Amino acid sequence: MEKVSQEAMVIAKMPESLSKKEFTYCPGCHHGIVHRLIAELIDEFSLREKTVLVAPVGCSVFAYEFFNVDGTVAPHGRALAVATGMKRSRPDLFIMTYQGDGDLAAIGTAETIHAANRGERVTTVFINNAVYGMTGGQMAPTTLLGMKTTTSPYGRRPEKEGYPIHVMEIMKELPGVAYAERVKVSRPQDVPKAKMAIKKAFYAQLLDIGFGIVEVLSTCPTNWGMDPVEAGRWLEENMVKEFPLGVYVDKVTEVMKEKGVK
Amino acid sequence: MGEKIMVKGTEAIGEAAIRAGCRVYFGYPITPQSELTEYMSRRMEEVGGVFLQAESEVATVNMMYGASSVGARVMTSTSSPGFSLMQEGISYMANAQLPGVFVDVVRGGPGLGDIQPSQGDYFQIVKGGGHGDYRLPVYSPSSLQEAVELTIHAFDVADKYRTPVVIFADGMMGQMMEPVEFPDPIDPGSLPEKDWALTGAKGRNARYVTSFDIDPYKLEKMNKNLQEKYKKITEEEQKWEEFMTDDMEVLFVAHGTVGRIVKSTVKMARDKGIKAGLFRPISLFPFPYQRLSELADKVDIVMTVEMSAGQMLEDVKLAVLGKARTPFYGRLAGVIPTPGEILEALMKELGR
Repeated sequence: MEKVSQEAMVIAKMPESLSKKEFTYCPGCHHGIVHRLIAELIDEFSLREKTVLVAPVGCSVFAYEFFNVDGTVAPHGRALAVATGMKRSRPDLFIMTYQGDGDLAAIGTAETIHAANRGERVTTVFINNAVYGMTGGQMAPTTLLGMKTTTSPYGRRPEKEGYPIHVMEIMKELPGVAYAERVKVSRPQDVPKAKMAIKKAFYAQLLDIGFGIVEVLSTCPTNWGMDPVEAGRWLEENMVKEFPLGVYVDKVTEVMKEKGVK
Repeated sequence: MGEKIMVKGTEAIGEAAIRAGCRVYFGYPITPQSELTEYMSRRMEEVGGVFLQAESEVATVNMMYGASSVGARVMTSTSSPGFSLMQEGISYMANAQLPGVFVDVVRGGPGLGDIQPSQGDYFQIVKGGGHGDYRLPVYSPSSLQEAVELTIHAFDVADKYRTPVVIFADGMMGQMMEPVEFPDPIDPGSLPEKDWALTGAKGRNARYVTSFDIDPYKLEKMNKNLQEKYKKITEEEQKWEEFMTDDMEVLFVAHGTVGRIVKSTVKMARDKGIKAGLFRPISLFPFPYQRLSELADKVDIVMTVEMSAGQMLEDVKLAVLGKARTPFYGRLAGVIPTPGEILEALMKELGR
């Protein structure tokens, strides 16, 4: 039998940019998948020693502990202001924010829009699960019409609670945005696509083009009151309809071609 | 030190920050301090620093949080309503132990109030307007020269203790012109490295800067660390000025620009044969209780004068502890008291 080095036998390993700390996320939640994708990319770009992660308030408040990079927790909604302060002071660092829908699209709307519009050279991963997870399943800015939450017990009604907000569609109107894409990770074939999207959002910062953001449609089985499989199906059938997947802004691919980056 | 130059208050503070090695400024326009923001927009470009006009004071303080956490000497300036908006972020910075200098050019309030000089934000600035058990070192200058020195000192105190620090100014301080002598600038590159800053985990373990711990026992430990720090600040960072207190019979207490006005009152009183003196706290936290208490032993009247309804008065009473009468004279809403009307108030207290 041929001798194979131990290294060559490794077909899957934990990214170096993840810490050894066990995730605290519920079964079927997508945070874990997205964390891994980010960590893999930080590894692939050899950015671990230059990265500062800004975690939000919400279920992913502990994100800074799950990644093996320098990190902080911003006040609720303020991640992109914190990230702006970091990047402006230390342009040599790689600055990321990781935010949920309540954080990014309700309490932090002003910070989000202005950081994006200024074209801050930072990268944002935006988890949209249509609900406030950490606080127990209240209505989010992205809660779907008709969807019942603990603060919209009659289902979200446009005349009372207003409409779900579409962040990627807003990003499209902001000239400072270099990359904006909406993805999902609910089926295995979605995962590499999501990773490619986040990679482009990394390049938006690394190639000094502008602000990069990827919205990931995600499940919250616990607060949706579903099992993980049901939640995945619900996402496919309902969230994708309300929040169309796809690339909303891409000024990155062209620059990559010009610079010969693959 | 160079020659004396004539400058406006807001510019004096801005230039002092530059000389202190501050190379990052975030701000949002608000009267009566917008000239400081404007000054920084010009100067930061000249010295290769960072200036950014934020979308709000809420964003401003969080940009400071970010800049400070990666190791920058960072500053903002604002006025009362803007400082209110910064409270959330200041509370976070306090517990994350992030240094930063805030200049609050206080104006009349509450609410939209007006744009005239006031000291009505003493409680907010000195006692903490944000949530949680924290304190902020606060300095109240009464001349532009002192404002320059205290601004530079504020950066050193902020870095030394890893805490936000406030310069308590008012509209008068911001708008007046005076000759000022600036110290030689500090090279930002010569400042000591911050071994806690988020600079990328190169050759070391990843580190965090947060105001957060979900475990109450761990958070209590963080809280106790803060309290230890405040104790140390209280012991080591008190500043005050005494004016004609050696032979005094009555003592005034006033801070900032009012302290300056009361100096005239002291002289006027002495012309009338009343031996008045002034105690001017310069650090409002830590408040110089001990020294004021000693001075209170020598007099029957300790009269507090403020451009407020009587806020520092509470600290004066805590120092005096009933050893002397503690009358108060204040003007509100941005009305500046004159030396004469303060003297009149004293005469009334003396029954003359």
